[in-house]
Amino acid sequence: MTARIDRPLSPHLQTYRWTLTMALSIVHRGTGLALYFGTLLLAWWLIATASGPGAYGNVQAFTSSWFGKLVLFGYTWALLHHLVSGLRHFVWDLGYGFKANEREALTWGALIAGIALTILVWIIAYAIGGAR
Amino acid sequence: MSDRSSMRTPLGRVRNLGSSHSGTKDFWRQRLTAVAMTLLIVPVIVIMLMLVGRNQAGASQILGSLPIAIILLLFIVASTWHMKIGMQVVIEDYVHNEKLKLASVMANNFFCIAVALASIYAILKLSSGV
Repeated sequence: MTARIDRPLSPHLQTYRWTLTMALSIVHRGTGLALYFGTLLLAWWLIATASGPGAYGNVQAFTSSWFGKLVLFGYTWALLHHLVSGLRHFVWDLGYGFKANEREALTWGALIAGIALTILVWIIAYAIGGAR
Repeated sequence: MSDRSSMRTPLGRVRNLGSSHSGTKDFWRQRLTAVAMTLLIVPVIVIMLMLVGRNQAGASQILGSLPIAIILLLFIVASTWHMKIGMQVVIEDYVHNEKLKLASVMANNFFCIAVALASIYAILKLSSGV
Protein backbone atom coordinates (compact mmCIF):
# COMPACT_ATOMS: atom_id res chain seq x y z
CA MET A 1 0.00 0.00 0.00
CA THR A 2 1.29 3.45 -0.82
CA ALA A 3 0.40 5.96 1.86
CA ARG A 4 -0.06 9.62 0.90
CA ILE A 5 2.57 11.75 2.56
CA ASP A 6 2.13 15.45 3.35
CA ARG A 7 5.23 16.62 1.54
CA PRO A 8 6.51 20.13 2.22
CA LEU A 9 5.60 22.54 -0.57
CA SER A 10 8.04 25.04 -2.00
CA PRO A 11 6.87 28.55 -2.92
CA HIS A 12 6.02 29.10 -6.56
CA LEU A 13 8.40 30.71 -9.08
CA GLN A 14 7.01 34.26 -8.82
CA THR A 15 7.78 34.39 -5.09
CA TYR A 16 11.50 34.53 -5.74
CA ARG A 17 13.53 37.57 -6.70
CA TRP A 18 14.51 37.21 -10.35
CA THR A 19 18.22 36.43 -10.68
CA LEU A 20 20.59 35.98 -13.61
CA THR A 21 21.48 32.38 -12.74
CA MET A 22 17.77 31.57 -12.51
CA ALA A 23 17.04 33.12 -15.91
CA LEU A 24 19.99 31.33 -17.52
CA SER A 25 18.88 28.05 -15.95
CA ILE A 26 15.60 28.42 -17.83
CA VAL A 27 17.48 29.43 -21.00
CA HIS A 28 19.64 26.30 -20.66
CA ARG A 29 16.53 24.14 -20.56
CA GLY A 30 14.90 26.14 -23.37
CA THR A 31 17.90 25.83 -25.69
CA GLY A 32 18.05 22.12 -24.86
CA LEU A 33 14.42 21.71 -25.94
CA ALA A 34 15.04 23.71 -29.12
CA LEU A 35 18.06 21.54 -29.97
CA TYR A 36 15.97 18.41 -29.34
CA PHE A 37 13.57 19.33 -32.14
CA GLY A 38 16.39 20.89 -34.17
CA THR A 39 17.90 17.43 -34.65
CA LEU A 40 15.04 16.85 -37.10
CA LEU A 41 16.71 19.43 -39.37
CA LEU A 42 20.05 17.65 -39.03
CA ALA A 43 18.47 14.26 -39.84
CA TRP A 44 16.55 15.78 -42.79
CA TRP A 45 19.76 17.29 -44.18
CA LEU A 46 21.75 14.02 -43.82
CA ILE A 47 18.98 11.92 -45.39
CA ALA A 48 18.60 14.43 -48.24
CA THR A 49 22.34 14.36 -48.94
CA ALA A 50 22.24 10.55 -49.01
CA SER A 51 19.13 10.57 -51.23
CA GLY A 52 20.38 12.69 -54.14
CA PRO A 53 20.50 16.14 -55.77
CA GLY A 54 16.70 16.65 -55.79
CA ALA A 55 16.24 16.17 -52.04
CA TYR A 56 19.46 18.11 -51.34
CA GLY A 57 18.07 20.98 -53.44
CA ASN A 58 15.03 21.17 -51.15
CA VAL A 59 17.30 21.57 -48.10
CA GLN A 60 19.34 24.23 -49.90
CA ALA A 61 16.16 26.10 -50.86
CA PHE A 62 15.23 26.17 -47.16
CA THR A 63 18.69 27.10 -45.84
CA SER A 64 19.11 29.92 -48.39
CA SER A 65 15.71 31.49 -47.55
CA TRP A 66 15.64 34.23 -44.89
CA PHE A 67 13.48 32.07 -42.64
CA GLY A 68 15.83 29.11 -43.04
CA LYS A 69 18.82 31.32 -42.24
CA LEU A 70 17.04 32.65 -39.15
CA VAL A 71 16.33 29.10 -37.96
CA LEU A 72 19.94 28.05 -38.60
CA PHE A 73 21.28 31.14 -36.81
CA GLY A 74 19.02 30.36 -33.84
CA TYR A 75 20.12 26.73 -33.94
CA THR A 76 23.79 27.76 -33.91
CA TRP A 77 23.23 30.03 -30.92
CA ALA A 78 21.16 27.40 -29.06
CA LEU A 79 23.92 24.82 -29.62
CA LEU A 80 26.83 27.05 -28.62
CA HIS A 81 24.99 28.62 -25.69
CA HIS A 82 23.93 25.21 -24.36
CA LEU A 83 27.56 24.09 -24.74
CA VAL A 84 29.19 26.95 -22.81
CA SER A 85 26.36 26.99 -20.29
CA GLY A 86 26.98 23.26 -19.87
CA LEU A 87 30.69 23.90 -19.22
CA ARG A 88 29.51 26.08 -16.32
CA HIS A 89 27.64 23.06 -14.98
CA PHE A 90 30.84 20.99 -15.15
CA VAL A 91 32.53 23.58 -12.92
CA TRP A 92 29.64 23.33 -10.43
CA ASP A 93 29.60 19.51 -10.64
CA LEU A 94 33.25 19.54 -9.59
CA GLY A 95 32.34 21.67 -6.59
CA TYR A 96 33.73 25.04 -7.65
CA GLY A 97 32.22 28.42 -8.50
CA PHE A 98 29.42 28.59 -5.93
CA LYS A 99 30.29 31.98 -4.40
CA ALA A 100 27.93 34.77 -5.44
CA ASN A 101 30.51 36.64 -7.55
CA GLU A 102 31.84 33.41 -9.08
CA ARG A 103 28.47 32.09 -10.21
CA GLU A 104 27.53 35.51 -11.58
CA ALA A 105 30.82 35.69 -13.52
CA LEU A 106 30.39 32.15 -14.89
CA THR A 107 26.85 32.92 -15.97
CA TRP A 108 27.73 36.23 -17.66
CA GLY A 109 30.67 34.44 -19.29
CA ALA A 110 28.40 31.73 -20.72
CA LEU A 111 25.91 34.32 -22.01
CA ILE A 112 28.57 36.44 -23.71
CA ALA A 113 30.65 33.50 -25.02
CA GLY A 114 27.56 31.87 -26.54
CA ILE A 115 26.67 35.02 -28.50
CA ALA A 116 30.31 35.77 -29.48
CA LEU A 117 30.98 32.22 -30.73
CA THR A 118 27.74 32.23 -32.75
CA ILE A 119 28.70 35.48 -34.49
CA LEU A 120 32.24 34.17 -35.09
CA VAL A 121 30.97 30.93 -36.70
CA TRP A 122 28.62 32.90 -38.98
CA ILE A 123 31.35 35.33 -40.03
CA ILE A 124 33.57 32.36 -40.99
CA ALA A 125 30.63 30.66 -42.75
CA TYR A 126 29.92 33.80 -44.81
CA ALA A 127 33.61 34.24 -45.64
CA ILE A 128 33.82 30.62 -46.82
CA GLY A 129 30.45 30.66 -48.59
CA GLY A 130 31.25 33.89 -50.39
CA ALA A 131 34.61 32.57 -51.63
CA ARG A 132 33.12 29.32 -52.90
CA MET B 1 4.31 7.86 16.21
CA SER B 2 2.83 8.46 12.81
CA ASP B 3 5.40 9.89 10.45
CA ARG B 4 3.14 11.83 8.06
CA SER B 5 5.54 14.70 7.52
CA SER B 6 8.51 12.52 6.65
CA MET B 7 9.90 12.61 3.12
CA ARG B 8 10.81 8.93 3.41
CA THR B 9 8.37 6.59 1.69
CA PRO B 10 7.30 3.40 3.49
CA LEU B 11 9.13 1.42 0.83
CA GLY B 12 12.28 3.46 1.36
CA ARG B 13 12.20 2.70 5.10
CA VAL B 14 11.67 -1.00 4.44
CA ARG B 15 14.67 -1.02 2.15
CA ASN B 16 16.88 0.32 4.91
CA LEU B 17 18.91 3.02 3.15
CA GLY B 18 16.71 3.32 0.09
CA SER B 19 17.65 2.65 -3.48
CA SER B 20 20.65 4.43 -4.88
CA HIS B 21 22.09 1.55 -6.83
CA SER B 22 21.16 2.78 -10.27
CA GLY B 23 19.60 6.16 -9.43
CA THR B 24 22.62 8.09 -10.65
CA LYS B 25 22.92 6.23 -13.96
CA ASP B 26 21.17 8.92 -16.02
CA PHE B 27 23.05 11.68 -14.19
CA TRP B 28 26.35 10.02 -15.06
CA ARG B 29 25.42 9.34 -18.70
CA GLN B 30 24.22 12.93 -19.11
CA ARG B 31 27.72 14.10 -18.07
CA LEU B 32 29.48 11.41 -20.10
CA THR B 33 27.71 12.42 -23.32
CA ALA B 34 28.19 16.12 -22.49
CA VAL B 35 31.96 15.67 -22.15
CA ALA B 36 31.99 13.65 -25.38
CA MET B 37 30.22 16.45 -27.25
CA THR B 38 32.51 19.09 -25.71
CA LEU B 39 35.45 17.18 -27.22
CA LEU B 40 33.67 16.70 -30.55
CA ILE B 41 32.18 20.18 -31.05
CA VAL B 42 35.22 21.81 -32.69
CA PRO B 43 35.69 19.07 -35.35
CA VAL B 44 31.91 19.03 -35.93
CA ILE B 45 31.81 22.80 -36.53
CA VAL B 46 34.83 22.54 -38.86
CA ILE B 47 32.98 19.82 -40.83
CA MET B 48 29.85 22.01 -41.06
CA LEU B 49 31.96 24.94 -42.32
CA MET B 50 33.61 22.65 -44.89
CA LEU B 51 30.12 21.96 -46.25
CA VAL B 52 28.94 25.57 -46.59
CA GLY B 53 27.96 26.31 -50.20
CA ARG B 54 28.66 22.78 -51.52
CA ASN B 55 26.43 21.00 -54.01
CA GLN B 56 25.11 17.48 -53.32
CA ALA B 57 28.06 15.73 -54.98
CA GLY B 58 30.59 17.74 -52.98
CA ALA B 59 28.69 17.32 -49.70
CA SER B 60 28.34 13.54 -50.27
CA GLN B 61 32.04 13.16 -50.88
CA ILE B 62 32.98 15.04 -47.70
CA LEU B 63 30.39 13.29 -45.49
CA GLY B 64 31.38 9.89 -46.88
CA SER B 65 35.05 10.21 -45.94
CA LEU B 66 36.11 7.94 -43.09
CA PRO B 67 37.28 10.35 -40.33
CA ILE B 68 34.37 12.74 -40.95
CA ALA B 69 31.81 9.94 -40.91
CA ILE B 70 33.21 8.59 -37.63
CA ILE B 71 33.22 12.02 -35.96
CA LEU B 72 29.60 12.61 -37.02
CA LEU B 73 28.53 9.12 -35.91
CA LEU B 74 30.06 9.69 -32.46
CA PHE B 75 28.36 13.09 -32.24
CA ILE B 76 24.98 11.67 -33.26
CA VAL B 77 25.15 8.87 -30.66
CA ALA B 78 26.24 11.29 -27.90
CA SER B 79 23.69 13.98 -28.78
CA THR B 80 20.64 11.73 -29.20
CA TRP B 81 21.45 9.93 -25.94
CA HIS B 82 21.98 13.27 -24.16
CA MET B 83 18.71 14.70 -25.46
CA LYS B 84 16.79 11.55 -24.52
CA ILE B 85 17.89 11.95 -20.89
CA GLY B 86 17.33 15.73 -20.94
CA MET B 87 13.79 15.48 -22.31
CA GLN B 88 12.93 12.75 -19.80
CA VAL B 89 13.97 15.07 -16.96
CA VAL B 90 11.74 17.80 -18.39
CA ILE B 91 8.80 15.37 -18.76
CA GLU B 92 9.23 14.11 -15.20
CA ASP B 93 9.31 17.71 -13.95
CA TYR B 94 6.14 18.91 -15.66
CA VAL B 95 3.93 15.93 -16.57
CA HIS B 96 2.22 14.75 -13.40
CA ASN B 97 -0.50 12.54 -14.89
CA GLU B 98 0.96 9.05 -14.59
CA LYS B 99 -0.41 7.65 -17.86
CA LEU B 100 0.48 10.77 -19.84
CA LYS B 101 3.95 10.68 -18.29
CA LEU B 102 4.49 7.07 -19.35
CA ALA B 103 3.28 7.85 -22.89
CA SER B 104 5.52 10.94 -23.08
CA VAL B 105 8.60 9.09 -21.85
CA MET B 106 7.90 6.35 -24.37
CA ALA B 107 7.38 8.84 -27.23
CA ASN B 108 10.64 10.54 -26.22
CA ASN B 109 12.50 7.23 -26.53
CA PHE B 110 10.93 6.54 -29.92
CA PHE B 111 11.77 10.02 -31.21
CA CYS B 112 15.41 9.92 -30.11
CA ILE B 113 16.00 6.40 -31.44
CA ALA B 114 14.33 7.27 -34.76
CA VAL B 115 16.40 10.45 -35.20
CA ALA B 116 19.58 8.58 -34.27
CA LEU B 117 19.00 5.64 -36.60
CA ALA B 118 17.85 7.80 -39.54
CA SER B 119 20.99 9.96 -39.23
CA ILE B 120 23.30 6.96 -38.76
CA TYR B 121 21.73 5.21 -41.76
CA ALA B 122 22.25 8.30 -43.96
CA ILE B 123 25.92 8.55 -42.99
CA LEU B 124 26.55 4.83 -43.55
CA LYS B 125 24.82 5.08 -46.94
CA LEU B 126 27.07 8.02 -47.88
CA SER B 127 30.15 6.13 -46.64
CA SER B 128 29.37 3.04 -48.68
CA GLY B 129 28.62 5.21 -51.71
CA VAL B 130 25.41 3.34 -52.60
